[in-house]
Amino acid sequence: MLIARVIGELTATYKHPSHEGRKILMVQPLNLDGTNRGVAVVALDAVDAGVGDKVLVVTEGFGACTSVGRFLQPIDMAVIGFIDQIELLPGVS
Amino acid sequence: MYLGRVVGCVWSTVKNRNLEGHRMLVIQPLTPELANTGQRIVCTDCTGAGAGELIYWVRGREASYALLPQEVATDTTVVAIVDSVHLKSAAAPAPAPPARGRKPPRKG
Repeated sequence: MLIARVIGELTATYKHPSHEGRKILMVQPLNLDGTNRGVAVVALDAVDAGVGDKVLVVTEGFGACTSVGRFLQPIDMAVIGFIDQIELLPGVS
Repeated sequence: MYLGRVVGCVWSTVKNRNLEGHRMLVIQPLTPELANTGQRIVCTDCTGAGAGELIYWVRGREASYALLPQEVATDTTVVAIVDSVHLKSAAAPAPAPPARGRKPPRKG
């Protein structure tokens, strides 16, 4: 799973039926210090996340499909939780 | 899923039988600001997306689920045509997609 921030939303009228009825979010993966990690990706929303939220993103098909409640569908990323706080051992950054 | 743009088409005459009848597109991955990033890849398609259109694609085993009930040997599939990207700060509106309905001619 990735720590990420929701940076935007996509609009797509023509899409696979399994993506209907869910928000399509642009999420930017983050390092532990809050800096960007790689390129932003597209994820379906399973927790009603919005722009600016720090979230947990699952990047594997089984987890993504089941969290969205659509089994055996072409979904490989989903926002599955909000991150309130991250606590690290001293010296870890 | 990853944001990208259709930049071409792949024709293949000899291929896995399950791939027959499926379009294969060349995709340029994009950043949310619609700048090019990374290497171009080939995706199968379940949307009928045409050249220049903004899309997003699925990677991995789930890519073949888009083409069920046929079991297609693919690891990347285009699953949606993106109309626009709304970003929190500097909004990057997508250009208007070209008119629907045109598809590249199939070779016999």
